[in-house]
Amino acid sequence: MSPITKPPVLDPVVNDFVVKFANVNGSGSASANSMFAKAIFRMGIPVSPRNIFPSNIQGLPTWYEVRISEDGYLGRRGGQVELMVSVNPQSMVDDVKEVCPGGYFFYDNSYPLDFKLIRDDVHYIGLPLTDITNTNFTDPRQRQLFKNIIYVGALAYLVGIEFSALESIVNDTFKAKPKLIPPNIDALQLGFDEAQAAFANPLPMQLKRLDKNKGKILLEGNAACGLGAVYGGATVVAWYPITPSTSVIEGFEKYAKKLRVDPETGKNNYALVQAEDELSAIGMVIGANWNGARSFTATSGPGVSLMNEFLGLAYFAEVPAVLIDVQRVGPSTGMPTRTQQSDITSAAYASHGDTKNVLLLPATPKECFELTAASFDIAERLQTPVIMLTDLDLGMNEHICDELVWDDEYQYDRGKTYSAEDLDQIERYGRYIDKDGDGITYRTIPGRHPEKGMFFTRGTSRNEYAVYTEKGEEYEQNMQRLLLKWKTAPTYLPTPIETNRSDLNEIGIIHFGTSMAATHEAIDRLTKTGRNVNDLRLLAFPFHGEVEKFIERHEQIFVVEQNRDGQMKSLLVNELQIDPKRLVSILHFNGDPISASNVYGMIDEKLADQNSNSSLTG
Amino acid sequence: MSFYKPSFRHPESPKNKLGFTKTPYEGPISTLCAGCGHDSISAAIVQAVWDLNVEPHRVAKMSGIGCSSKSPAYFLNKAHGFNSVHGRMPSVTTGANVANGELLYIGVSGDGDTASIGMGQFAHVVRRNLNMMYIVENNGCYGLTKGQDSATADAGSKSKKGKINPFGSIDLAALALDLGATFVARSFSGDREQLIPLMQAAMSHKGFALIDIVSPCVTFNNHVGSTKSYDYTRDHVSAGSVIDFVPVEQEITLDQLKGSTQQVDLFDGNSVRLSKLNDDYDPTSRRAAMAALMEHKANEKLLTGLIYVDPDAAEFHEVLNLNETPLNELEQPTLCPGSDLLSEINQSFR
Repeated sequence: MSPITKPPVLDPVVNDFVVKFANVNGSGSASANSMFAKAIFRMGIPVSPRNIFPSNIQGLPTWYEVRISEDGYLGRRGGQVELMVSVNPQSMVDDVKEVCPGGYFFYDNSYPLDFKLIRDDVHYIGLPLTDITNTNFTDPRQRQLFKNIIYVGALAYLVGIEFSALESIVNDTFKAKPKLIPPNIDALQLGFDEAQAAFANPLPMQLKRLDKNKGKILLEGNAACGLGAVYGGATVVAWYPITPSTSVIEGFEKYAKKLRVDPETGKNNYALVQAEDELSAIGMVIGANWNGARSFTATSGPGVSLMNEFLGLAYFAEVPAVLIDVQRVGPSTGMPTRTQQSDITSAAYASHGDTKNVLLLPATPKECFELTAASFDIAERLQTPVIMLTDLDLGMNEHICDELVWDDEYQYDRGKTYSAEDLDQIERYGRYIDKDGDGITYRTIPGRHPEKGMFFTRGTSRNEYAVYTEKGEEYEQNMQRLLLKWKTAPTYLPTPIETNRSDLNEIGIIHFGTSMAATHEAIDRLTKTGRNVNDLRLLAFPFHGEVEKFIERHEQIFVVEQNRDGQMKSLLVNELQIDPKRLVSILHFNGDPISASNVYGMIDEKLADQNSNSSLTG
Repeated sequence: MSFYKPSFRHPESPKNKLGFTKTPYEGPISTLCAGCGHDSISAAIVQAVWDLNVEPHRVAKMSGIGCSSKSPAYFLNKAHGFNSVHGRMPSVTTGANVANGELLYIGVSGDGDTASIGMGQFAHVVRRNLNMMYIVENNGCYGLTKGQDSATADAGSKSKKGKINPFGSIDLAALALDLGATFVARSFSGDREQLIPLMQAAMSHKGFALIDIVSPCVTFNNHVGSTKSYDYTRDHVSAGSVIDFVPVEQEITLDQLKGSTQQVDLFDGNSVRLSKLNDDYDPTSRRAAMAALMEHKANEKLLTGLIYVDPDAAEFHEVLNLNETPLNELEQPTLCPGSDLLSEINQSFR
């Protein structure tokens, strides 16, 4: 079926377009779609796929958006898509609207298309996917699965995916089950041939091999965190299942099973404990760290809320702890399968009393790996909870990043811990004596010395010798020391990354985490329109001195974040005593990953407003 | 309460097999109320650990919040301790124990800390069969907040202010049995003779060992009408067995096992020998143990002694298939796979 008037024809474009798949959740589409994106990656073309999925196991609509960008832009582009692969009748009404004028709507024409779905400016390309699978397969489950593979084969013809790239993925995927290789390749070929027979010409959007992915990998942030924890020496992992953090633990387990089983005894050099709730998970982490093991948990916003009391204990009793918070949409249960950066204030100030927690803010899977490994050093060095804030977009989507590296010369920093030999040299041990003047005191590990070093760890106030006290001056002295430690903290934290494109210091943009790619792309667009823009990407809290200087230096500061209330702005204002009016929030919080169009559009609008205001007043 | 505790000990004070007098097993003066049952329990812990010849620094004292949870500050001065948050001692102990199973873990909790706020964690530490002695200093009320009823207060028991408790009590021993606990005992803080061998058996047991100890609150719950007072407890206690803890080196002849005596061998070679008051009672039968508890309850009796033991169940380290070297002793070469393996892993991401 086709519209009456002819839709516009897109100019031919190579390696720069967006394809979106509309599927039914639980139909096995995820692996087929991932094969599509990975084949493009293997063709050396920058690609960024994103799952947009419901909080559901089977039946509801789910989407997979693949951005291809020769320029290497890996954030969401925003706006409509050039090609919609529609395999879900439930969502067709909305899916048609998302196609750009002149774009293509690929659908299963085994069934007639509802005339209400017809737009004059869209090309409809139908292939009888259901008929093809019914003819070629008898088993209902196979029909379902191979239908997905067949449309990938058809797309290979339509947009120019090298068939050998797809074949290589099938070979790798089913290495352990070689029987499955031929039928999958046959299904790909079937789709390719059917499309070739049906359509005389491929689409104007084409993929052409590049060489841009050398030294790159395609990886999910959560798997990178899990692997980073293995490399960082975590031995006790306690957790409670919660979307979108669960695959951090699955990642840890996968690599620990390969890398941490004693080859001689077959026994584990790690412990993975599924706790009864998040409170228990963080309690176990604190107990293990207290006993000198590196230990972490992974959770999401609701879990952080539940862990608040324990985080205050770890802060005040000065027990190391690592928590990976894969953020999702709040408040409350919110949208569990959508993304946000909205746990910033709740994590930074988690717990009652004057509590502050160290935050780490990775933006890529490589940083997830590196910062997770480093988080154990930081937690042990500072003897305090370290909360790493990633998000669903980073954690559960595959992202291109530089390959992971490890320096074998690098030694873990186990922080200030007295060994039995150290204790022999000491007259009287005091757990909370600030010997070095940096606010960080010396720990001991239980059971290591028969006479010295033992103390009672407690959440109640105590003096330098860990003896209970209610004396105001002793309490105050301890709180001041904790503040001194807080001021020492940035020394051990990753420094922010500043990119200066102009000495004019007109516009400075502060961003962090998954807003990075979209913000960088928006900055390129702003630069092209003659704006002078520098940016600073935060990697940690408490902030380094560079952050304040960056703000002071620029005439205009924008803070990009994915929440409603400008939580990072609040932190900057609160901790650095910045005039709130100096920081203009660029906020995106509808649950979709932020796009370059979002960032560019909002900044451009604010700048235009200012210009018109100043011309009125000036 | 007295404020001064002399550290001087007679030079010929008895020593245990490790050559220690009791001093390193003791603690500073308690700040609990004079006559508090909890202090008797602390004294029993000192005696039991000393008798068991465990080096004091190889013990970890774990607790939550409440009067009971303060008490680890008052015994085993040479051991590390962790006074954590309310009702969460089980999780902290789980993490600590998984990190190093070689220490002896003594958890001290109360009825509020275990049966109310900590009910969830209690249930799950039982299910995991974590190797620890878990003591509940059970007084049926919240002492530190001045005497409110707790969840172990019996229905009909009268509070100090004269209010009758309308709610049924939670029987922690029965609950633990139902949850699969592998060592369940009950005692009374006033029965030192029973308490010490029970503790020794609990500490020798491989797995989770609960001792639910009625420990009267002299300030808020020791009046007529309370079912957790000294007088009421003494009148209603019914020892199911007289317990004898038999260290591994003491040989037991078959003669000694005649009559109503039953011996249960524990994991570390020690044994408990029970002189039973009732010949039919078998503490290795979970069903019999539950029946005995319920029968005593129906007769308004408090069954004390070793109620149930399963010395062979797998404890948590075995379930986790942990290596022998404690996790907290592993060094970087064992923990970090290094760059060559990372290059291989990178290949799987292309």
